[in-house]
Amino acid sequence: MTNVSMTNSTDTQGDVANTKGRSLWQDARRRFLQNRAAVVSLIVLMGVCLIALFGPLLAAWDNETVDWNVLGDIATLGAPSLSNGHYFGTDELGRDLYSRVVQGTQVSLMVGIVGSTIAVILGTLYGATAGYVGGKTDNIMMRIVDILMSIPYMFVLILLLVVFGRSMWLLFVGVGMISWLEMSRIVRGQTLTLKSKEYVDAALSIGVKHHVIVLRHIIPNLLGVIVIYATLLVPQMILTESFISFLGLGVQEPNTSWGALISEGASTLQYGTYWQLLFPLAFFVITLFCFFFIGDGLRDALDPKDR
Amino acid sequence: MSLLEVKNLEVSFHTPDGNVGAVQDVSFSLEQGKTLAIVGESGSGKSQTAFSIMGLLAKNGTSKGSVKFDGTEILNVSEKELNTYRATQIGMIFQDPMTSLNPFVRVSDQMAEVLVRHKGMSKSDAIKDCIKMLDAVKIPDAKRRIRMYPHEFSGGMRQRVMIAMALLCHPRLIIADEPTTALDVTVQAQIMDLMGQLQSDFGMGIILITHDLGVVAGSCEDTLVLYGGRVMETGPTQQLFSEPTHPYTRGLLRAVPRLGTKHAQLATIPGNPPNMLQPPVGCAFSPRCDFATDRCKTFKPILTKFAQDRSRACHLQQEELV
Amino acid sequence: MKQSETLLSVEDVKVYFKYAGGGLFSQSEPQYIKAVDGISFDIKRGETLGIVGESGCGKSTLARAVIRMVPIHAGRVLWMGQDLVSLSTDDMRGKRKDLQMIFQDPLASLNPRMTLGQIISEPLKTHFPKMPKTEMRERVAKVMARVGLLPNMVNRYPHEFSGGQCQRIGIARALILEPKLIICDEPVSALDVSIQAQVINLLMDIQKEMNLSLMFIAHDLSVVQHISTRVMVLYLGNVVEIADADDLYENPSHPYTRALIAAVPDVDRPAPADRENMMIDGELPSPLSPPSGCPFRTRCPKAQAICTEEKPPLLEPAAGHSVACHFHTVAQVG
Repeated sequence: MTNVSMTNSTDTQGDVANTKGRSLWQDARRRFLQNRAAVVSLIVLMGVCLIALFGPLLAAWDNETVDWNVLGDIATLGAPSLSNGHYFGTDELGRDLYSRVVQGTQVSLMVGIVGSTIAVILGTLYGATAGYVGGKTDNIMMRIVDILMSIPYMFVLILLLVVFGRSMWLLFVGVGMISWLEMSRIVRGQTLTLKSKEYVDAALSIGVKHHVIVLRHIIPNLLGVIVIYATLLVPQMILTESFISFLGLGVQEPNTSWGALISEGASTLQYGTYWQLLFPLAFFVITLFCFFFIGDGLRDALDPKDR
Repeated sequence: MSLLEVKNLEVSFHTPDGNVGAVQDVSFSLEQGKTLAIVGESGSGKSQTAFSIMGLLAKNGTSKGSVKFDGTEILNVSEKELNTYRATQIGMIFQDPMTSLNPFVRVSDQMAEVLVRHKGMSKSDAIKDCIKMLDAVKIPDAKRRIRMYPHEFSGGMRQRVMIAMALLCHPRLIIADEPTTALDVTVQAQIMDLMGQLQSDFGMGIILITHDLGVVAGSCEDTLVLYGGRVMETGPTQQLFSEPTHPYTRGLLRAVPRLGTKHAQLATIPGNPPNMLQPPVGCAFSPRCDFATDRCKTFKPILTKFAQDRSRACHLQQEELV
Repeated sequence: MKQSETLLSVEDVKVYFKYAGGGLFSQSEPQYIKAVDGISFDIKRGETLGIVGESGCGKSTLARAVIRMVPIHAGRVLWMGQDLVSLSTDDMRGKRKDLQMIFQDPLASLNPRMTLGQIISEPLKTHFPKMPKTEMRERVAKVMARVGLLPNMVNRYPHEFSGGQCQRIGIARALILEPKLIICDEPVSALDVSIQAQVINLLMDIQKEMNLSLMFIAHDLSVVQHISTRVMVLYLGNVVEIADADDLYENPSHPYTRALIAAVPDVDRPAPADRENMMIDGELPSPLSPPSGCPFRTRCPKAQAICTEEKPPLLEPAAGHSVACHFHTVAQVG
C-alpha cells in the first residue's frame, strides 16, 4: 500500500513539466558551451571549413594559372594585394596563393577526416570486440596490434609512396591504416572496464545476445572517449600528411596541401616572400589549435569527473 | 569550556547547476571524552559538516559560521594554522582506508612521517611509538606487520592502521566518517568495540558520522539527526531512540528491520531524499512527512530546546505526533 | 498452484576460479580459488531463500553460477527438473525469461545512455522481438505503475533519479517478463535506511501477488531474516547452516551464525551481556589458502583438534535445520 501511494519528491517540486529527460549528451553539450575556448575554436574551425568549401567562389584566379604579370618580380609584385586579385599574394611561380591555400585546406582537412574516420570505425570495432570477448582472442588480437605498431610506419609509408608513386588515395589509406592501432588500444581498455559494469551483467542475465550488448551497451558508452580521441586524431593525421608532403612525397602538383605549401614557403623565405610561409602556416596552426581546444572541451564536457 | 563548539555552521557548494546549501545552521558542542553521533542519510550533509570542520571542503565549497576548538576559532583559518591542529589535536578516520593510505609506501614510513613532521622525533623513535600504537589497536605481530605495505592488510586491519595513525599524536578529538561502512558486520563489531576501548584509554572526544542507527545505539552518548542539511533533532542517544520527538527520527527508527520480528510490513518513510538543488521551501522533511501541514510547507521550523539537553525542529507539538 | 513445487534445485555446485598455473606454457598444475565449494539447496515456488555471509563468502558467485553467468566447475542446477548446466547457450537464453536478477548498485546496473523506457522494455525486446510497440508500451507502463514509478518518467535517464528510484527501475526490468524466480544480489545494501524499507516492502508485496520465488542475498542478517522464509548462511564457499528464518534466529546452532547475530547492532536495546562470548575475532581467511578441516575453525571459539582434521559434513539433526559443525547444538526433535 505504501508503495503504490509513493510519490517522488523531486517530481512534486517543480520539474513535472520536464518529462523529456536530460540525456548525458545534453548535459555534455551544456558544459561544452560553457567552455569559452572550445566554443571560439569551434566557430573558427567552422570558418576554416567554410573557406575550404566556398573559398574557390571568391577566388579571382584558379590554383594552376600562372600570372605572367607578376612573374618577373614576385618579391614586390607578388605580395598580397586586393587590387590584382591575389589576396594572399602568389607563389614563386606566379600562381595565386589564395587559391592554393584553399585547395591545400581541402586536402589537409580531408586527410584528417578520412584518416580519423577509418580509425574510429576500424579501431572501435576491433578494440571493442577484443575487449568484450577477452581471453585468448583478446590476447591474439592485441598482439597483432602490438606487432603492427612496432613497424616504423612512416618509413613504410614513404617506401609505399616511392614504390607505387605519389597518389592521394595511397596517402589516405596509408594514414588511415596506421591511425586505428592506437584507437583500438584505447577502445579495448575502456571496453574492459565497461564489461565489468553491472548493466552489462544485467543485459547478460536478461539473455541479450553478445553482439547486441556490444552495440547497445558498450559502444554508446564508449562514444565519449571515441569522440575526444577522434578530435585529437584529426590534427595528428594532418601533421602526418604535412610531414610527408614536406618531404615532397605527398599530394601531386598542381594539387597541394598545407604541408607542401609550408615546405615551399620555407624554402623561398630567403627571397623575402614571407607570405608564402605565413598564410599556410597560419591556417595550419590555427586549425591544429582549434582541434586541440575542442578535444579538450569535449573531454571536460563528457568526463566531468576528471576535472 | 567544550572541546568543540560549532555554531551556525553553513556549507554551500557552487555548482554549474546552481548553489547547493549542503549544511545549514548546524550547531552542536562536544565535551572531552564524549562521543557524538551525527546521523543522516546520503545527502544529509553529515560528511560535509566534518569536512568543513577539518578545512577539507572541495574547492567549490565555502563555509560560514563558527567552529571553536578549545576556544580557538578554526573555521576558515589559514592552511598553516589548521595544520597545527590537524593530526596533533584532531585526527580523522575515513570510510575507505585504502584511499587514504599510499599503496607504494610501507606502513611504517607512512606512520612515522606523522610523528617526525609534527613532533620532530627521530625516525627510529617514531617507529617505536608506531609499533606501540599498532599494539594498542590490537594488530597482532605489530613489529613485523609494520614493515608491510597497505595492500597486504585486510580491510579490517587497514582500518585499524588508520585508527592507529589518527591516534599517533594523541589528539583530543577524533572525527570518524563512516569508519565501518566498508567492513563486514563481524569486523564492524570489532572496530566499534576497539574505538570504545581506546576512548576510555586515551580520553579523546569522538564525532562519529554514520547512517547506521544500530552502530549509534551501542556506542554514542549523544546523537544529532541531520536531514536535508539541517538538524532535525538532538539529544542523549538513549532518550532519543526510546522517545523520538521528530517524525523523521521516528520514521527512521521504525524503518530499520529487526532481528526476530515476523515477516510483517516494515514501516516506511514514503518518497525520496530532497534534491538539494531545489530544496523544499519549508521544513526539508515536509514532502515526506505524514504530519505535514501548510505551515510546514512554507516555514522552516526552528531548532528549539524542549527538555534538558534535547532540542527538536518541528512545528508540531510533541503530543500531536501519534 | 502447489506451494510445495520445487522450482530450483542446486546440487553440489562448485565454482572454481583459476588464479595460477595451468597456462599454455606453464608446467605447474593449475591452482584454484574455491569460490563456491559444493553447495546444495532447493527453492520452492513462492518462497524466499535468504543467503547471508560476509564479503568473499561466495554468495554473489553462487547467484551468478545459478544463472550461468560464471562457469560451473561441477554439480547440477536443476530448474523445474531440467539441468541448466548442460543446456546450449540458446536454450539457456530461453530459460532466462523465468529467471531474472536484481543487482546491488542501483545506478550502475542501468545503462546511463538509455532512457527508463528503453531499459525496462529491453527484456521484452530480447525475448519477444515481434511484439507490437503499443503493447510493449502498455506493459512498460503497467510494470512502472506497479513498482511506484510515475508514467511521465519514461523518457528520463537513470542519472536523474535517486538510488531508491533506480532500484525500482531495476525491479521493473526484472518483473516485466513475469519470471518465476528473481535473484536479488544485495538489492538494498547501497540504499539509505528509509529507502531500504520501501524496497523490501515492495519486493515482499510483489512476491505475494505473483507467487514469485526469491533468492535474496545480503550481508545484513536482519534484512535477510525479515524477508526470507528460509535462510542459508555461507562461510568461505561452504554452507554452514540452513534453517527456517525464525528457527535460525531463535536456535542458531553454528558458532558463525551466532557470531553474525551478535554482531548485528541493535537499535532497541544495548548489547546483550553475553555478546562478548558470541563475538568472534579476526577476519575471513584468504580463499587462496583455506584452512584445513572446518573452514571456520581459525575464528571459532569452540574449535577442537578434530576441526583441524576433518571437515564437518552438513547434517540435518532436526527437520528443516541443517548445520555443518562437529559440535552443533540443534536439539533433536523427538
